[in-house]
Amino acid sequence: MVTDVLNSAVGIATGKVANEKKKLMMNVGAASTRLTNEDCNPHTIHYAYDTFALANGTGKAIVKTGGDTWFFLTADYAFGHSLEKDTGDVVKANGGKVLGQVRHPLNAADFSSFLLQAQSSKAKIVGLANAGGDTINSIKAANEFGITKNQSLAGLLVFITDIHSLGLNTAQGMLLTDGFYWDMDAQTRAFAKRFFERAKKMPSMVHAGVYSATMNYLKAVQAAGSDDALAVVAAMKKMKVDDVFLRNGKLRDDGRMIHDMYLMQVKKPAESKYPWDYYTLKATIPAAEAFQPMAASRCSMIKK
Amino acid sequence: MTEIFGIPLQAFMSQILLGLVNGSFYAMLSLGLAVIFGLLNIVNFAHGTFYMLGAFGAWLLLTYAGLSYWWALVLSPICVGVIGVVVEKTMLRWLYKLDHLYGLLLTFGLALVLEGLFRQQFGVSGQPYQVPDLLKGATNLGFMFLPNYRAFVVVASIVVCLATWYVIEKTKLGAYLRAGTENPKLVQAFGVNVPRMITLTYGFGVALAGFAGVLAAPILQVNPLMGSNIIIVVFAVVVIGGMGSILGSILTGLGLGVIEGLTKVFYPEASSTVVFVIMAIVLLVRPAGLFGKEK
Repeated sequence: MVTDVLNSAVGIATGKVANEKKKLMMNVGAASTRLTNEDCNPHTIHYAYDTFALANGTGKAIVKTGGDTWFFLTADYAFGHSLEKDTGDVVKANGGKVLGQVRHPLNAADFSSFLLQAQSSKAKIVGLANAGGDTINSIKAANEFGITKNQSLAGLLVFITDIHSLGLNTAQGMLLTDGFYWDMDAQTRAFAKRFFERAKKMPSMVHAGVYSATMNYLKAVQAAGSDDALAVVAAMKKMKVDDVFLRNGKLRDDGRMIHDMYLMQVKKPAESKYPWDYYTLKATIPAAEAFQPMAASRCSMIKK
Repeated sequence: MTEIFGIPLQAFMSQILLGLVNGSFYAMLSLGLAVIFGLLNIVNFAHGTFYMLGAFGAWLLLTYAGLSYWWALVLSPICVGVIGVVVEKTMLRWLYKLDHLYGLLLTFGLALVLEGLFRQQFGVSGQPYQVPDLLKGATNLGFMFLPNYRAFVVVASIVVCLATWYVIEKTKLGAYLRAGTENPKLVQAFGVNVPRMITLTYGFGVALAGFAGVLAAPILQVNPLMGSNIIIVVFAVVVIGGMGSILGSILTGLGLGVIEGLTKVFYPEASSTVVFVIMAIVLLVRPAGLFGKEK
């Protein structure tokens, strides 16, 4: 079994090879919805989150609170395009407008130029359809160039480690969608404590997701009494998964693991009481609503 | 409103200014590479790593010693320079008589090892580093909002670049250095300690990278991969400017920063490629680079 696999382009390629070799890929790190649509196959499970879930959580919440004109800063590869499209669809479906977008190369060193273009669009919301270092640098530069005075940023894929790197001063007030927060309840806190002791940082949804995927894979192997990939998948579909990461988890026929997602807001520095106390839970998005409905599936394995 | 190629003059001006900021980093890094290549004949692939070390030096000094940005601006490049001296004394020294390829492989390996160690220790998400209080805020130039810190970066880098150029091209010390590379035996016969001079030159070259790293820390996040992200572009800058040409690398660095900045407006998807397209064209037309001399 292959798990983690960051980067959507790599995830899609790995899924194809996994299918050829009849091995299971439980993808946690990649975000593109293509994994369970155009590029779905019986050996691919998409475990933690995807661009639909991110767009659906953050996009809808922002449009509903008045952020109805958007400009996208998009990472120019599969993931960014997918996130921009999914969020744009959500914005439009909820009555908002997309004014334009600029596509920047992956790992661009400097975002000031792209941000000035976003600024001149006069959109209320600058949607960051990128990830990791790109998101961090965009947010930093947006603060530096005074863009956050008149426009709001919407980070569409923001990990807690990114917030840690930015500092609450820079990130405060931002809305984001996450699949896991270490400080949710006793169970997540216990896991986070163990994780912190080894890694010296709190787990993000990818860290917790890899842990959960591995544990549930082993449980499914036990239940199936075999490590044959398809037998394991069949066993996993019968399981109702509730663990430190997945709440109300259910594996669908398109390979999508659905589970509760959370709309979070980044705390103000004054509200943060202890290290890594970063998020306020604004809403829990139930598993059935968080992900792309099966009716809209473009996966060839789904008979209509 | 006045327009240039379909975009407003104001936007045009601000993109040129932003390009200069990025160009400053290219200039400082390619200058260090040019100095090292010109005087030591080493293609220093670890240059990006030393830039990363400079930024991490600033972060470590702040986090563990409580020293401010201004201290870091002086101390971090010195530390990086010292590491460079150790590397030269213990490893590079043995490679001068061999083909360029060996120096390239050694420094590339060194870059991978150092980068890996920092990744292991600090992760890839990057560490925060604040802009120093004195330079916080921004100035309204009428056509754009220029953060004071970015203006400082351009000025600091131009001063450092010109000072380096002056020392190497116009002073007696610089004359020794240049003579030492042309004919080390003869210069040594005049009583100049050539090996030590070369060691210090390498230390200085990588200290320049460290200095650029400190300047970059408040703009980018301090990240173990920041060096490998920029170094390939910087190599292209050096090739375009002409390997070993000091003034050429400064001018090319600034110029390419501006060209890259404008590409981000006209065709953003190509902004990470445009430098390499220019490199290919320059190599076809002038294989020694814009400012290089045919050997």
